[in-house]
Amino acid sequence: MANTLDHKQNFLKGIIKENPVFVMLLGMCPTLGVTSSAFNGLGMGLATLFVLLMSNIVVSLIKSQIPNKVRIPAFIVIIASFVTVVEMVLEAYIPFLYEQLGIFIPLIVVNCLILGRAEAFASKNNLTASIVDALGMGMGFVIALTALGATREILGNGSIFEWRFVSEDANTLILFILPPGAFIALAYLAIIFNRLTNKKA
Amino acid sequence: MVVVLFVITLVAGLSLGYVNDLTLEPKARAKLAKMVKALNIVLPQFDNNPINEVVRIKSEQAKDSTEIYPAFRDSTFIGAAVIGSSEKGYSGLVKLMVGFHPDGKIKNIGVIQQKETPGLGTKMKGEKFLRQFRDKSPLTFDLRVEKDGGEVDALAGATISTRAFSEATQQAYDAYIEFSETIKKQTN
Amino acid sequence: MEYLVILIGAVFVNNIVLSQFLGICPFLGVSNKISTSVGMSGAVLFVMTIATTVTYLLHQYVLAPMGLDYMRTITFILVIAALVQMVEIILKKVSPPLYQALGVFLPLITTNCAVLGVAILALGLDNGTLLKAVFFAFSSSLGFALALIVFASIREFLELADIPEGMKGVPINLLVAGLLSLAFLGFAGLV
Repeated sequence: MANTLDHKQNFLKGIIKENPVFVMLLGMCPTLGVTSSAFNGLGMGLATLFVLLMSNIVVSLIKSQIPNKVRIPAFIVIIASFVTVVEMVLEAYIPFLYEQLGIFIPLIVVNCLILGRAEAFASKNNLTASIVDALGMGMGFVIALTALGATREILGNGSIFEWRFVSEDANTLILFILPPGAFIALAYLAIIFNRLTNKKA
Repeated sequence: MVVVLFVITLVAGLSLGYVNDLTLEPKARAKLAKMVKALNIVLPQFDNNPINEVVRIKSEQAKDSTEIYPAFRDSTFIGAAVIGSSEKGYSGLVKLMVGFHPDGKIKNIGVIQQKETPGLGTKMKGEKFLRQFRDKSPLTFDLRVEKDGGEVDALAGATISTRAFSEATQQAYDAYIEFSETIKKQTN
Repeated sequence: MEYLVILIGAVFVNNIVLSQFLGICPFLGVSNKISTSVGMSGAVLFVMTIATTVTYLLHQYVLAPMGLDYMRTITFILVIAALVQMVEIILKKVSPPLYQALGVFLPLITTNCAVLGVAILALGLDNGTLLKAVFFAFSSSLGFALALIVFASIREFLELADIPEGMKGVPINLLVAGLLSLAFLGFAGLV
């Protein structure tokens, strides 16, 4: 069933109506795991966006060549390849981010968002639509992760993108940088997101 | 059917091999840059190339040999950076580079590797914590945490991380002492 | 005893769900009933332990000696996917009742970041041996089970509670998970 949305709707759905984190609950592991700072959240978001975009493109291009029975393993290999590229490039050129994201970089391959879009969209739609879909969903993911990272960093560390606005000795709400804080911060962001989007609907 | 999968995997494998070759050098360069940056932080101004002149000391306590990077200026020995590590951190390995003056006093400490709790153990990289080690000689400054009878003011809520840090620093110092005996023998 | 440290570490101190954030998708998605949680935990235990065994050996004897470390992600995930298929087939033949109980969860495990995550983490244990890696995987799956089942028990109670409209569903689950994670934080310093 091919997509019937125009490009604008296609793009925007990834950000609001079908936001991967707040609505579809996909990619929860990295969302909670690497958002202890805004920079990490943004970095992971962009890395995921890259993999999503590239795999959507490749899947959309060769979809007619992949027999139905092996499509999931085939998607996985394609996605894993791009994840490995991201791994290598980060280790070589942005080692700081590579260390911060740690084990969650290879885990991009099991981010249900990417496999999900390959299966639900890119394998059934043309190249342009798949690109727009990837960009929309990817941006939705980036926004969610950066927002969560920023929230946790502001509350837990008194800084944003490493720019401190309280002194180093100040008592910040460290809880937010620790694991429980991830859950709690995301819970409240989800409430806010729901409020905002319900008003629109 | 399987053929398609095999072809895709083959293409993927080959492409990745290619990208791997491309990134091998930048990766090595990034590692080297990190080392050089650390050396510049923990050592006084030097004009030799410590990385090329690394000395490896194997002491009975350490599992692997410890790396020591000697620094010279105008052919005079002005200190050395020693890699000390401890696996007793909260999340495992804590690896430090400790810069020593020739008399054994600590010039500065750089944290090379750690995965401690953000906001707690990670504060070991901060000015406030590192300040207490500078210009101290482990001979007279007890590197243990205050709680254990030493003189180190532990990080708030991160005693385990601090203990690992102390252990790594101590290991670095022990290796440095062994090394400076060797240097003394050579110059005499 | 090193193995005790690994066990306590994986189950309590560094619980793979509540402190390492691996396996969150099933944690939030499957834990609405205790029975499904037990089923999922069993399936994960099975797959995680066997998968780590295979991936560890693969890394030790094939990838590392041949300098193919960068193929780790691809090969590991393919191993896991293949394993899940095999386990499904074998389970169907060998123990139909067990298959009935676990069956529906098995395909989901391929994308369970906990399985791939633990397989990779197992490579980084200090003084790693195959036995340690497998034990680590086994302990991690126990930690997963603990988190999942405790969470499910709470959620079953939550069904009966009076929750504000804006917090129903995702937010309240996340908050409860946060409190659970906070509780587990108390295990810090145990090892």
